[in-house]
Amino acid sequence: MADTTATTFEGPSGPKPKRAFSSTNIIIYGTLFVVCLYYLLPLYVMIMTSLKGMPEIRLGNIFGPPVEMTFEPWVKAWAEACTGINCDGLSRGFSNSIWILVPSVFLSIAIASVNGYALANWKFKGSEVFFTILIFGAFIPYQVMIYPIVILLRESGDGITNVMQFFWEDAPRFRLMGSLWGLVIVHTIFGMPILTLLFRNYFTSVPEDLFKAARVDGARFWGIYFRIMLPMSLPIFVVAMILQVTGIWNDFLFGVIYTKPETYPMTVQLNNIVNSVQGVKEYNVNMAATLLTGLVPLIIYFASGKLFVRGIAAGAVKG
Amino acid sequence: MSLSDAEQLNEVVKPPSKLFKNLTAKIAAIPMILTALVIFIGCTIWTIYHSFTKSRLLPSPDKWVGLDNYERLWSENRWIVSIENLAIYGICSLILSLVIGFCLAALLDRKIRFENTIRTIILYPFALSFVVTGLVWQWILNPELGLQNVIRNLGFENFTFDPINNAEIVIFGILIAGIWQGSGFVMVLLLAGMRGIDEDIWKASRVEGIPTWKTYIFIVIPMMRPVFVTALVIISAGIIKVYDLVVAQTSGGPGIASEVPAKYVIDKMFQSQNLGLGFAASTMMLLSVLVVLIPWAYLEFGGKKNG
Repeated sequence: MADTTATTFEGPSGPKPKRAFSSTNIIIYGTLFVVCLYYLLPLYVMIMTSLKGMPEIRLGNIFGPPVEMTFEPWVKAWAEACTGINCDGLSRGFSNSIWILVPSVFLSIAIASVNGYALANWKFKGSEVFFTILIFGAFIPYQVMIYPIVILLRESGDGITNVMQFFWEDAPRFRLMGSLWGLVIVHTIFGMPILTLLFRNYFTSVPEDLFKAARVDGARFWGIYFRIMLPMSLPIFVVAMILQVTGIWNDFLFGVIYTKPETYPMTVQLNNIVNSVQGVKEYNVNMAATLLTGLVPLIIYFASGKLFVRGIAAGAVKG
Repeated sequence: MSLSDAEQLNEVVKPPSKLFKNLTAKIAAIPMILTALVIFIGCTIWTIYHSFTKSRLLPSPDKWVGLDNYERLWSENRWIVSIENLAIYGICSLILSLVIGFCLAALLDRKIRFENTIRTIILYPFALSFVVTGLVWQWILNPELGLQNVIRNLGFENFTFDPINNAEIVIFGILIAGIWQGSGFVMVLLLAGMRGIDEDIWKASRVEGIPTWKTYIFIVIPMMRPVFVTALVIISAGIIKVYDLVVAQTSGGPGIASEVPAKYVIDKMFQSQNLGLGFAASTMMLLSVLVVLIPWAYLEFGGKKNG
């Protein structure tokens, strides 16, 4: 804020320009340079290792650039790496992750934004109580709720099957536990606290008069949501999307518990490929696979820039 | 006009029932209400209740055994190791990430060039999953081909740093990875707090001739107390949840040297078919969260009501 007000002055302003090479500056930039090297090192090692052949890796210089560059590890990681009996590489995990990601992101944001809207503009008796429970629920370790949710998913899957069979005798058995839809529901549930908070805070900041004017014009709950709130708050939807895409893509715990080996998301499959005990360890393939899994969140991170920071700060500072 | 007439009039004006007031909003909030009541409260109570039962392969609500599971839990070596690891990891990672995060934030706060680039570099590990983090550091710390080997080749033949194979220091290997992943996030949080501090404070301290580092320690840090508390709560909640990092980096090994409570719970529930112990262990995790959360909630919300 201080910067923007300073620029409105005409003519020279601000403190006297400092010398560029003062000793403090050298210390500051030197430290930051070393720190940046430390943070970049693993990414560098990943890329270099994934481009080397195994004989070169056995020479033991993990920091050296590849002498003979090869893309074979990438191909192998994507299409041939083995987990157990399946040898079709990470590509299956990738498509599973996409199938999990798209409905989870959509559903969780849809539900949380409506929650936030109801909490901000249509308060009802007890709404704040439920919201408080939701926020405190975000701190409960997942391990506490994981097993009862397994039972809930199994039972409600059976319940849905019964209802379907009541109408149509040959209805196939509908499963929530072990299927993608179960995982989508789990992601929606556990994304709800932070997203609801995000949307509630945002909708509270929308001018009250706008809401009142729409009410006077006869708009109801959904009318105001779709015609006014939604178009006005696209930025916060983007922030929520960034938050959810990286969060769901990086999830491991729910993926390993609520899906079967055929529907494992990418992170789980990656872990199984790298930590499988059989066979010779192919470090270059492992690193290529690791990079491939990290690529989606990395691209989103570098493309979104400040929005990512805003997302995590909005979620964290007020939570 | 008598009093009863006025009451009657009141009756007529009143809406038919409070339940139907604002009905659409209530219907729209059903997912939230269900999540709050069924998942966060219902499932938690379910688990706490079943931790007092003799559940093995399947939950058996009628075999009440009291505190048996808890006694067995605390007499089991693996659980004790898990708790010790969590304590070491937790304390070190809390202190280190706050100190590193604060120092980095202070450096970035010095109105430097390339601030955005540097922040982007420091924060990018936070976008990566714990699985990716664990696997990268597993490779860098590889005793035969990794960092140790490189430094030995440089001439330091007796250099030893093999946290992946050495049960004594394996938890510090995980700590390095955890700090790498999370410290950028702490930095961003603290930097946001630092930017919230009035510019006049800095001017005043400059006029008084107080050195920069003293201003940070004696003026800025005390002013940032709320941000520090928030960061503390978020880091602690993350520490108790730590699971994927350990699974990916060491799988709890060598032996049981890097086990953590979150992994213990999952293994007991889904591999050793010992649900009762798993429920008891997860209840202990919940307790440890409450130990952090209740004082914080008291400070944060209790204080506001009084003031």
